[in-house]
Amino acid sequence: MFKSLAVPEFLAKIDPVKCIRCKRCIQNCGWSVYSWGGDKVLIDTFKCVKCLRCYHYCPEEAITIEDNPVIYRNNANWGYNHIRNIKRQAETGGIPLTGMGSDLPYPILFDHLLIDACQVTNPSIDPLREPMELRTYLGKKPARLEFDKGPDGKLRLKTKMPPQIKLEMPFIFAPMSYGSISLNAQKTIAMAAKELGIVMNTGEGGLHEEIYPYRSNVIVQVASGRFGVNPDYLNAGVAVEIKIGQGAKPGIGGHLPGEKIPLDIAKTRMIPVGTDALSPAPQHDIYSIEDLRQLIYALKEATNYTKPVSVKIAAVHNVAAIASGIVRAGADIVYIDGFRGGTGAAPVIIRDHLGIPIEHAIAAVDDRLRQEGIRNEASIIAAGGIRSSADAAKAIALGADAVALGTSALITMGCTVCGKCYTGNCSWGITTQRPELTVRLDPEVYAERLINLIHAWSHELKEILGALGVNAIESLRGSRERLRGVGLDSQTLDILGVKPAGR
Amino acid sequence: MNHNFQKDISGCGLVGIINRDGKRISGSFACNSLCLMNDRGNGLGAGYAAYGIYPEYKDLYAFHIMYDELGAKTDTEEYLKKNYHIEKKEPMPTASVPTIKIHPIIWRYFIKPLPEKAERELANLGDDDFVVHTVMKINSEIDGAYVFSSGKNMGAFKGVGMPIEIARFFRLEEYEGYIWTAHTRFPTNTPGWWGGAHPFTLLDWSIVHNGEISSYGINKRYLEMYGYKLTLLTDTEVVAYLFDLMVRKHGLDTATACTVLAAPFWKRIDDMPEDEKEAMTALRMVYGSALMNGPFSILFGHSKGLVGFNDRIKLRPLMAATKGKTVYMASEESAIREICPSPEKVWAPRAGEPVIVELEDSR
Repeated sequence: MFKSLAVPEFLAKIDPVKCIRCKRCIQNCGWSVYSWGGDKVLIDTFKCVKCLRCYHYCPEEAITIEDNPVIYRNNANWGYNHIRNIKRQAETGGIPLTGMGSDLPYPILFDHLLIDACQVTNPSIDPLREPMELRTYLGKKPARLEFDKGPDGKLRLKTKMPPQIKLEMPFIFAPMSYGSISLNAQKTIAMAAKELGIVMNTGEGGLHEEIYPYRSNVIVQVASGRFGVNPDYLNAGVAVEIKIGQGAKPGIGGHLPGEKIPLDIAKTRMIPVGTDALSPAPQHDIYSIEDLRQLIYALKEATNYTKPVSVKIAAVHNVAAIASGIVRAGADIVYIDGFRGGTGAAPVIIRDHLGIPIEHAIAAVDDRLRQEGIRNEASIIAAGGIRSSADAAKAIALGADAVALGTSALITMGCTVCGKCYTGNCSWGITTQRPELTVRLDPEVYAERLINLIHAWSHELKEILGALGVNAIESLRGSRERLRGVGLDSQTLDILGVKPAGR
Repeated sequence: MNHNFQKDISGCGLVGIINRDGKRISGSFACNSLCLMNDRGNGLGAGYAAYGIYPEYKDLYAFHIMYDELGAKTDTEEYLKKNYHIEKKEPMPTASVPTIKIHPIIWRYFIKPLPEKAERELANLGDDDFVVHTVMKINSEIDGAYVFSSGKNMGAFKGVGMPIEIARFFRLEEYEGYIWTAHTRFPTNTPGWWGGAHPFTLLDWSIVHNGEISSYGINKRYLEMYGYKLTLLTDTEVVAYLFDLMVRKHGLDTATACTVLAAPFWKRIDDMPEDEKEAMTALRMVYGSALMNGPFSILFGHSKGLVGFNDRIKLRPLMAATKGKTVYMASEESAIREICPSPEKVWAPRAGEPVIVELEDSR
């Protein structure tokens, strides 16, 4: 076998003077970059993904990971990734895979939107002194309510409210299956969701028995592979989600190879050990909107109309019309995943070139549902590239009810967005099933960090609301008047329904 | 849905008087009270609404329309003729006020929708709905025409000027009403446009309002989903339409509508008895986009009563007082004492808790 002509991305280096030969780097690296050479640590830098596990666990700070200066000759057209992928494909004939959301420099509209603040004519509100409300309910809302008056003169609700998911803050955790992430990672998220009063989502990998205690904070997903789906599963959580697509790989199925299906995952997914877990590209009983309607109602029947049904789609060109169809088909929640959304594994070419950004998608969907007078019929969850509470605030102002967080949640567990989730070697124990790696991720410890993050973002969101002079999240939701665009062309502003700064 | 609008911002002073026994009083009371608060306005808008002023035409819709030029009047009247029986039309009686040099052409009409309307696709609309449609249509489609009053046995009078000037211009001392609301305005970003003054009215709702609705953006988009066209771009217009939607169309009572606009906090709702908690939670879930967030005090008049209320944390002033069968509300206690020197009871309504006053014979 000849040496690969694909140049390594990173150079792992160990300072031989500082190194005390403790071999912790060898132990910690999930990619086998390091090995013991008898008197020193040997480095196979081709394998390095710059996840920085070794760097953090080196007691002597002897390790540095540098970007390889020996990259190809500078060329604005033939970039490093183009040349490297061609070389890899020439060597393997395969489709290069990747993990996480696209890292290409497409415009990020969140970074071109600015939020308003109060001065003089309306007062800002201090969230440290005044109540500031983030509570959000996801689900179908009737257009109007009817009441009776009780004997005490108080209102009695006559209208039957459809089932709702109650969130103490407008965040949920994005679907990440057991299989794509470790059970410890899933447990971390479940514990945090419970503590925070929000929800997590099983993804398509079924519901492990150790997640059952958190069921009142769990959305169970039904995807094209139908893994782990049975009546108990459907009724286990607070809602059921039909996964049609994913922002990172719209129109693409999934394939968890048999070697990654040990007994525990096999049990959870309800498939034989060692068989490939195939998620077909489409759901094989959904070839049209009326088919979707049948599945939505089949799930509502199976759950006795006690749980909202969510439909998750990737943001694609025609997303507004698709979302409208989904709402008319009976969905209570539409989950829209922008093209920058994360993934455990996707072909690079698909991740980087299919779909549209979440910002456009939220605006288009919210507008369409309002034009059709059905915005109340379903809640909108926005996902795919929410990096901060500011992104969340902007997504909500554009029209989302809540945002879903995937990558940011994993970052609290040590993830550095190295993008190698698909290898199953995650040194942080997140996107791997290797027991020696997953054991590193202590759910108790990391749940606290995740809770810290969401608390911090909630505080920031409250500060933003206070500056806006409002004290409830519903006054920001869809209030695009409080956003201004900078450096956006007039057509984009028009699509977003946002004025340019200065107007 | 157009997002390229310039929103109107203003501060204000307001006054409301209601005689619960239906006794009619002259407009000079409201004017005198309001004039005490001249420093709450800057001469760029004042206005009044009065109920009970047209008893002889009480079954007809009284349209007050301002025109920028006669062409707009021709277009408007042509439309009205096709769809309405016009009992009477006349120029609005006005007096010459030296400081008011330029003003629109103002006419009033006492009318009723024809059973056979020219707009056949709207033939099945009830009279009130058709009048709302007419107001929206004229205001948004006929350039230079603006219907600023459209209720029965009530009317709005407003324009650019100080309260005393507007009262004299419209000869308000000659009108007698059982409810009066009045407003002086301190706009910060709009040139003086007569239509931009308060009150804002629709059918027999009238609103005077002090404040800025920080949730305007979503309130507007919420109303647009139900077919309202927000042509004035004022917060006040939003209030009027939200009331119209919730009370007239959705059948909520006034108190419940106020609960939506200045919703109780979740913390309070969570401590309520189960039934009430369920009702309040549903109200907030369903009408969250109608929550008016930001500082305001509002007087909301209708043919059977007057409601005054504040935002949920009372960021703008509102005082109330009673004497006999009369209830007064105003931005400042001094404005009440100016016309009622010794009220029996004076209080500051709490944040979000409406003062609802109804006529004695309204039940």
